[in-house]
Amino acid sequence: MTMGTVYALLGAALAVILSGMGSAYGVGIAGQAASGVVSEDPSKFAKVLIMQLLPGTQGIYGLLVGFIALSKIGVLNGEPAQLSTSTGLLFLAACLPIAIVGLVSGRNQGKTSVSAIGIVAKKPDQFGKAMLFPAMVETYAILALLVSILAVQGVPV
Amino acid sequence: MADNYIYAVARIRSLEMSLFSKSTIEQLLSEKTYEDCLRFLKDHGWGNSDNDSEDASYMLLAENKKTWDTIKEMTSDMEPFRVLTIPDEYHNLKAAIKTAVKGEIEAAIFFEGTVISGEKMVDIVRRNAYEELPESMRECAKEAYEGFVHTGDGQLCDIVIDKAALEAILDAGEKAEEELIKDYAKTYVDVANIRTTVRCAKTGKSADFMRRALVAGATFEVEKLVSAALAGVEDVIRYLSESGYTDAAESLKKSSSAFECWCDNMIIETIKPQKYNSFTIGALIAYILARLNEIKTVRIVLSGRQNGLEEAAIRERVREMYV
Repeated sequence: MTMGTVYALLGAALAVILSGMGSAYGVGIAGQAASGVVSEDPSKFAKVLIMQLLPGTQGIYGLLVGFIALSKIGVLNGEPAQLSTSTGLLFLAACLPIAIVGLVSGRNQGKTSVSAIGIVAKKPDQFGKAMLFPAMVETYAILALLVSILAVQGVPV
Repeated sequence: MADNYIYAVARIRSLEMSLFSKSTIEQLLSEKTYEDCLRFLKDHGWGNSDNDSEDASYMLLAENKKTWDTIKEMTSDMEPFRVLTIPDEYHNLKAAIKTAVKGEIEAAIFFEGTVISGEKMVDIVRRNAYEELPESMRECAKEAYEGFVHTGDGQLCDIVIDKAALEAILDAGEKAEEELIKDYAKTYVDVANIRTTVRCAKTGKSADFMRRALVAGATFEVEKLVSAALAGVEDVIRYLSESGYTDAAESLKKSSSAFECWCDNMIIETIKPQKYNSFTIGALIAYILARLNEIKTVRIVLSGRQNGLEEAAIRERVREMYV
């Protein structure tokens, strides 16, 4: 296996690990807040569950980019391509947007979800508006996802 | 550290829904008799369901206990909340010294829920074992006890311990990481200093007495407060206006009860920004203070009804609500 292949695998791994870490933190703190609300008012379970799930998407985006990268490298069919160092670094660079933005946006979306859960706790009828605040953070994760997918797809193997 | 309170703050957000708002207090005020007020409170879940006593003091005690029990369910570390119980602890010390000197134990005069119980404090004072008290209490306990034994002056004992309590609050505020605890401590001491100055001005106390009662380190300079108080209430009002405490000056011009109301409202104003805090212990402290303020307001309304006060007189004493 060449160093290029190692770099490409590192990129795929970072996309999954960092965005997964962001989502795990975000879903974790939103879950704590959701538990606090449900312990006092179980009728709000469905609404706060949706709020908790919002920061979970970054992990899925990271998985998607990682999957595409692995597929292009040929790891999934058991025949990894012998990539040059420069091609491997191109894969690594292509995976970085979703890896880094996934980590940061996952954490911040979690914090925004916690605040939005506070709105749902006091004014459940404002659920739609409350959901928009964490959803705004999602925009930047989607932008990073798009760039990572286009870049990974565009790397010549 | 901030993340430690996410669950608790979210739970508090739900509990804030059951706090009395201004309109709920208006509904309580519209109840014509003491019994109607009690019924209104029971309908809102106040008191214990297993205790149908018509005595409001049990109901208010039960509400106080419920508040602290809720907080204890949410966090195991009660140390950051100690700033709120310092006045109770020092009150117990005052009561313990007077009880120890008079030679009788009146259990009902002690606050519960303090680190050292009132009875234990009486025992410590009787044995002069001040080293068993928290460090911040030792010196003032000794000074207050000896002063009370030699002069029999209860007021002297009170000002020594009250000043030590305020200094302990200020110290707790300075050591705290949470911004709200710092703000609360400073506001509490400022309000206490203003209250003491006004009372001293009205009763014509000496400069020496005021220097022993007032606390330095918050907003006001002790000497300026003393000078204003020696010149009279009008000068205190002028000094407060010049120091940015216009509302305090205005309330003093109105009446004593309006001024007392302002003192409590200042604390509520300090904690109000916590309604938008989703992460830190500040929201929990604000909830406790809001509950204590709510219980105090209900007590004012109930005692007003019990003593046949006019609605306008009760309304003047009603505190601002947190929600």
